Amino acid sequence: MSAGIIGIKRGMTQIVSETGEMIPVTVVEAPTGRVVQRKTVENDGYSSIQVGAGEKRVGLFNKAEKGHFNKAKVSPARFLKEFRVEDSSAYELGQEVALDSFSAGDYVDVTGVSKGKGFAGGMKRWGFKGQRASHGAEKVHRKVGSIGNATYPGKVFKGKKMPGHLGAERVTIQNITVVAVRPEENLIMLKGAVPGHEKGLLIINKAVKKG
Amino acid sequence: MNIIDKIEQEQMKDNVPDFKAGDKVKVHAKVREGEKERIQVFEGTVIRRKGGGLSANFTVRKMASGVGVERTFQLHSPNIDKIDVMTIGRVRRSRLYYLRDRTGKAARIKEKRTW
Repeated sequence: MSAGIIGIKRGMTQIVSETGEMIPVTVVEAPTGRVVQRKTVENDGYSSIQVGAGEKRVGLFNKAEKGHFNKAKVSPARFLKEFRVEDSSAYELGQEVALDSFSAGDYVDVTGVSKGKGFAGGMKRWGFKGQRASHGAEKVHRKVGSIGNATYPGKVFKGKKMPGHLGAERVTIQNITVVAVRPEENLIMLKGAVPGHEKGLLIINKAVKKG
Repeated sequence: MNIIDKIEQEQMKDNVPDFKAGDKVKVHAKVREGEKERIQVFEGTVIRRKGGGLSANFTVRKMASGVGVERTFQLHSPNIDKIDVMTIGRVRRSRLYYLRDRTGKAARIKEKRTW
């Protein structure tokens, strides 16, 4: 398993294919990352690398953080993410982790934090039908309706789909096609939508379910 | 420049002629038949221009053996070889959907005088 990359969502647009089709793409900027820490089976019980990418004003890092980056002799990075790899000793501290492991046509899994929708009703959150618009319905058009039976079972079952907070949670979308990669501009274009808002942090891994 | 704008700009054609709804145009469209590619000319009246930037498109209407035919093209599509503007029409709205209800003489559009 090769390491994934850290990306920042930049927005959506279209790519015109050679046959004239418009392909919807999300443009993701993936600043070149550097290996900050290696975790080994002996030390940590599992093998992974920690990658730092992106920039932040140096003054915003505290001493502990600076020390952590200094250990690997890399400049402090805005984002730190860990990627499981088969053998972390194959990586050097400070080694660059860039886009070049991806190419057009690959499948990737993209993880991000979805857009927060606040407190949402049953129709938006779970796709409930709501109730009818007329025939005497009053003030109940978007309400949930019945949530259970009667004396038996005498309770509302746990996990019942009800209104509540929607979005702003970690979401992974699997098997997204890579449409184009531009290593010199640190850009990768993914077909369709990815979770989260623009400038949001994304983690791009090789697809688990597709080769 | 914004990354998205830059990517769109790269793909946009810079030789698109100026035309509006009401103009008569000849669209030279590439048609792929199996392996072969040939150019098919679609001539008619522009009844709508829609969208901006890379996603801009337009619809051309013509009468073909008594039946109205409309085709929508992507303005920046590589499938369009070129667009010839034949005449410039004088119309008072941007969407000429009323042409769909008219045939023959009633569906004429006055030509705009340009001197």
